[in-house]
Amino acid sequence: MEKYRIDPNKGLEFGLYTLGDHIPNPLTQERIPAQQRIKEIIELAQLAEEAGIDFFSVGESHQDYFTTQAHSVVLGAIAQATNKIKIASSSTIISTLDPVRVYEDFATIDLISDGRAEIIAGRASRVGVFDLLGYDLHDYEELFEEKFELLLKINEEEIVNWEGQFRKPLTNAKVLPRPKDGSIPIWRAVGGPPASAIKAGYAGVPMFIATLGGPATSFKYSIDAYREAARNNGHNPDELPISTAGFFHVAKTTQQAQQETYPYINEGMKLTNGRGYPKQHFAQGADLRDVMNIGSVDQVIEKILYQHELFGHQRYIAQMDFGGVPFEQLKRNIEYIATDILPAIRKHTKVK
Amino acid sequence: MNVVALSGSAIGTKTKTALNYVIKSVENLTEEIDLTLIDLADYDVQFSDGRNYLEYEGDTKYVTETLMNADAIIIGTPIFQASIPATLKNIFDLLPEKAFENKVVSLIVTAGSAKHYLMAELQLKPILTYMKAHVVSDYVFIEEKDFHRKEIINDDILFRIDRLVEDTIDIMKTYAKIREEREADYGF
Repeated sequence: MEKYRIDPNKGLEFGLYTLGDHIPNPLTQERIPAQQRIKEIIELAQLAEEAGIDFFSVGESHQDYFTTQAHSVVLGAIAQATNKIKIASSSTIISTLDPVRVYEDFATIDLISDGRAEIIAGRASRVGVFDLLGYDLHDYEELFEEKFELLLKINEEEIVNWEGQFRKPLTNAKVLPRPKDGSIPIWRAVGGPPASAIKAGYAGVPMFIATLGGPATSFKYSIDAYREAARNNGHNPDELPISTAGFFHVAKTTQQAQQETYPYINEGMKLTNGRGYPKQHFAQGADLRDVMNIGSVDQVIEKILYQHELFGHQRYIAQMDFGGVPFEQLKRNIEYIATDILPAIRKHTKVK
Repeated sequence: MNVVALSGSAIGTKTKTALNYVIKSVENLTEEIDLTLIDLADYDVQFSDGRNYLEYEGDTKYVTETLMNADAIIIGTPIFQASIPATLKNIFDLLPEKAFENKVVSLIVTAGSAKHYLMAELQLKPILTYMKAHVVSDYVFIEEKDFHRKEIINDDILFRIDRLVEDTIDIMKTYAKIREEREADYGF
């Protein structure tokens, strides 16, 4: 775990992530300017750090209703604006980028941040980026696998010799600058189903798994499959951290929390994925057994601890700004996280 | 509420003829419905390549968005090679997995003969159920002999279409009401 800068003795890490979505507030129909959204994301990272949150990450989506396409640039600004919080991408669509360039960017962010940068590489659930950056969607799988392998290789080796299908070979190439400690944590982002988790296990890389909604036990299959695949391929699952990522919002009561989030998630999903979030499913989300961390403060603490017991994961990252949520609501969440949630989950998950 | 009549084939006249009658039948029944006819013969819809339907352009975008915004869909389909036409299957492939959640879908099947009369039960309904549609259990099966020069000449078929249209709209309204009541209880 040290290789990935994780100390399991400290208990479950808690982070925030944003997709950098830029969606009108569904209650007012007003959309803040892109510049304000980007600045608020940077400010959110600062507030997260002040609250003692462990981690903050920003994703890239190349289509309408998003604003952090240049997510590594935003992360550079966050690196400069903060001092101790870990910072990462969530995720970097490595399939449509040059791994050399990505590594240069993130190694630089690591130096600016004094060793706090990580990369989470994913395959994209919104695929507009393929046309925009000049790639063929038919190569979706292979583009990711090849470029992800190269990214890992650059991280491990200072002098790289490599050839593949999608870019010119590298011969004795030096990819510079190097990160502060020689390498940085690189994770593989996976959706819910086990097939994708198994691929991360085979490669022996840490896994970020999206857990948006549904029974936590369903995601347990993927997590078990990941560890099993790692073990079968000669990796030690005890050395491979797992992080979950999903919706989060707390309020005085669970009903208030649902009222304060449903319109944003529903309208946001409609605009970005083409289908809203069915109310019936959202209502079930309040159940302790459902993975969605939206509810009263106590309920959400109980859920996070239940998930930790079930998954044995090392980090949970919360998405609470999706769908045009006003900044005031985000600040209130951060206060709850600082005063109630972090102390409770650290108390119960750290090794005594 | 939005109802879409979808003619699932790019060739032939029987399905289109049947759906033209569906339109008359809806208009006779009620004026509260926003009714749209999509005849796939009139649109240049590309094959699904796996992207989200929002990311298509032109006719493909129009057809998929119109279907996604419907409260009920009356699908008319011929039987080709003992199955649904590729044009109709492509529409299903273009849409998200749970595209028909909270939508009512009913079926009118046209065919040269009664040879494959179970096609709708065995092939089409499982797809619709998988995509979460509330499928109206009755459907109307129309054979070649029921048509003459682009008109339906069998009164039984006309009566059955009228009943199917009524059922579709009643069930659509009923489910909407049930959902409204249930959702009012959630309090969010």
